Amino acid sequence: MQLALFLIFGILCVAGALNLLFQRHPINSALSLVVVMMSLAVIYWTLGAEFLAAAQVIVYSGAIMVLFTFVIMLLNAGEEVRTRGSKAAYFAGIPGVLGVFTLLTYIFLREKSALGYANLGGGLNNGVSNIAEISRVLFTDLLLPFEVTSVLILVAILGAVVLARKEN
Amino acid sequence: MVPIAYYLILAAILFSIGIGAFLIKRNIITVFMSIELMLNAVNLTFVAFAHMRHAVQGQIFVFFVMVVAAAEAAVGLAIIISVFRSRQTLDIDQINLMKN
Repeated sequence: MQLALFLIFGILCVAGALNLLFQRHPINSALSLVVVMMSLAVIYWTLGAEFLAAAQVIVYSGAIMVLFTFVIMLLNAGEEVRTRGSKAAYFAGIPGVLGVFTLLTYIFLREKSALGYANLGGGLNNGVSNIAEISRVLFTDLLLPFEVTSVLILVAILGAVVLARKEN
Repeated sequence: MVPIAYYLILAAILFSIGIGAFLIKRNIITVFMSIELMLNAVNLTFVAFAHMRHAVQGQIFVFFVMVVAAAEAAVGLAIIISVFRSRQTLDIDQINLMKN
């Protein structure tokens, strides 16, 4: 069951990411990124993070990607022209990416048994629900960081308004 | 019963595609979207490790990453709008004011 869910949505995830890479029009890339985020929400759910699955749908694919789509439509972004990128990107970047990926995969596969297995629905122990546990920790131990993020969002709102305002 | 390693490898694949898109794409909005893709890949790693250790702190970290990503998207898109107003282009090759 979990393997089937993982395979279906993992493949959907990678396909969406590759589609983001190969599409030329930004709106197609944005929509394929929505596919990636929705499949990641399902994968979070299989890992026992129900709250994050909901937050992923609401915040990422709901708010952030709608903002992206609005900006793409507002700026009337057309198809990108393929030019030759910088030489550093092709000769250091792409082999570097492949090297990092190979190294990570090698380490994860070697430590496969030490990393353990994921069980559907067995996220937290003691039968405590995910949201109750998260809110308990968030509002007791991590209250100060939580309040600081509200200040951060306020500053971000002000910055966005100031930056996007029409100069006269 | 899926090994946690498979989830981590999926995150590594997404992160690599994100870096590749960041390097190859020429549209500034798509470059920004590939940053979001990399953030999502790291979030998946956090959730997988939180599941492995039966701890909720990793999930809270992902929650904070989401908040910061939302703030970053708002400010970044405002910067993109302001750049487009002054340069009339979204091509990152032509936004080279700081070059030379």
